[in-house]
Amino acid sequence: MQENVTQDPEERQREASSSGGAAVPSIREGPVQTQALEARGQKAAGERHAIFGLEKVGVAYGGVPAVREVDFPIYQHQITALIGPSGCGKSTLIRCLNRMNDLIPAAKVTGKVNYHGEDLYGSDIDPVQVRKRIGMVFQKPNPFPKSIYDNIAFGPRVLGQKGDMDEIVESALRRGALWDEVKDRLKTNAFGMSGGQQQRLCIARALATDPDVILMDEPCSALDPISTGRIEDLMLELRENYSIVIVTHNMQQAARVSNMTAFFTVELDQDEKHRTGRVVEYDDTEKVFTNPGDERTEAYVTGKVG
Amino acid sequence: MSVAEAGVTRKAVERTTRGQQVRELGFRAALLFSLSFGFLALAVLLIDVLLDGASLISYDFLAKFPSQIFPERSGISSSLQGTLYLMVLTAVFIVPVGLATAVYLEEYADRERWWNQLVEVNIQNLAAVPSIVYGILGLTFIVRGALDLGAVLLAGALTLGLLVLPVVIVVSREAIRAVPSSIREGSMALGATQWQTIWKQTLPGALPGIATGVILALSRAIGETAPLILVGAIAFVPFNPDPNPAEGQYSAIPITILSSVSNPDRDVQALASGAIIVLLAILLVMNAGAVYLRNRYEQKW
Repeated sequence: MQENVTQDPEERQREASSSGGAAVPSIREGPVQTQALEARGQKAAGERHAIFGLEKVGVAYGGVPAVREVDFPIYQHQITALIGPSGCGKSTLIRCLNRMNDLIPAAKVTGKVNYHGEDLYGSDIDPVQVRKRIGMVFQKPNPFPKSIYDNIAFGPRVLGQKGDMDEIVESALRRGALWDEVKDRLKTNAFGMSGGQQQRLCIARALATDPDVILMDEPCSALDPISTGRIEDLMLELRENYSIVIVTHNMQQAARVSNMTAFFTVELDQDEKHRTGRVVEYDDTEKVFTNPGDERTEAYVTGKVG
Repeated sequence: MSVAEAGVTRKAVERTTRGQQVRELGFRAALLFSLSFGFLALAVLLIDVLLDGASLISYDFLAKFPSQIFPERSGISSSLQGTLYLMVLTAVFIVPVGLATAVYLEEYADRERWWNQLVEVNIQNLAAVPSIVYGILGLTFIVRGALDLGAVLLAGALTLGLLVLPVVIVVSREAIRAVPSSIREGSMALGATQWQTIWKQTLPGALPGIATGVILALSRAIGETAPLILVGAIAFVPFNPDPNPAEGQYSAIPITILSSVSNPDRDVQALASGAIIVLLAILLVMNAGAVYLRNRYEQKW
């Protein structure tokens, strides 16, 4: 890959050490799916610190429930995957975690979303402050119609971050694994990048504001397998410093990158009118994919339904 | 010949029948015929006006004041400057007011609420109100009544502004709506406030569309005659408008045109053609500017 060729040795070393060296499984080396899962399982078995605590969380759009009774913790420095069939409310749920659902007037959140013990929907919580800590990457890359540099600098600027903006931009682009590809054209319009580059730009843009958590709503669904692979590598690197929650339709992706997996399903209500999403199973990814506790999970992850 | 009639053997490719060809041609001719109405009307207008007025166009015509004694030496300086001044003042009024209204309606208003729906319907209706009615409104509330400004340039600009404000609002709303919500979401997800998102993402993205709309609205405003008559623009003004828009009398090109053609003196009538050429030239420049802005800066999402 070209960017690795042009990378200077010091930088490569820094990146290697920051990505935890051998501890992080690479996703395309050898016959490794299970090995990778084991390695992560061991890591996950260590001390876990919950950052999110979801208590009976439900979301309704205009009175119609989309997802309900979601109860699970999300752990720090792990990748948590939300999987399930279309319409099961996983995207709806992830948008609760940084109050993006506030932008939809008809959406109403019930239950409690605790973040480091604070109720995110408490009356004295400003959603803008929530989003400063909890960044988000969307399904379709959504770069701003500005230069690459200004895309990255936008967040730090609106948040009034102090410091050398050039350094902030470079650091964010390096963390987003994009620096070597774009360092010579920082002033060109971001719309000229490929889809995969645009999505990494969006990730780098989210990193520039120094969040604690990154939410990713199907970040690879518009990308080809090579771009997807790069973003998965990137997520594994980022896990060292950030907590990541990812919604994905791609079960291999969930199996490759995540530590914990929540499987959602869609159920008809008692009155058989509305379809509502619920969590069927939440456990270590390895367990969900190799030894699921619920037959619906098994049917889904083995491809019998869905 | 249908397939059924031809039986089992059917041609690989059917030939076009004579009738089909005629229908195609006839349809195309009908379209061109319709097009020719607009085109011919414009051509006749331009040729007629140019024949009558082209000889009048000179620096003097633009720089001199009207004269009742020597119509052949008259100029339209006062009404040209009046029109340009009106345009600037109208823009100063409609841009902030129209933009703010559009931003409120698109970004803040809850469309479920009846009062917001009422505002929306009213703006659509206002765009269709005849301009003379705005003239009466301006006369009643701006020249006299509440504001009591008198028949000054500012009153004319405010009246024209009210007249084209609905257009500006509608166009600005469309431009704002064309900015995809993914841009707003991207901005909000970075911790930007709604105000920062509007100011730094939505409005810059919508600006080319808004600018185009404002130019088109202004070009409609400077061509209006009826409201200006009502709010007291004057046909014969042998001096340029006072720099203070709340002082003194003023004229405008459409008013000059109207008074010239209604004058019995043939020499004075000829002035109208010259004034029309000047007005058309201004409109052409503005519309070309709008097209240029749209093509050059319009954002492809």
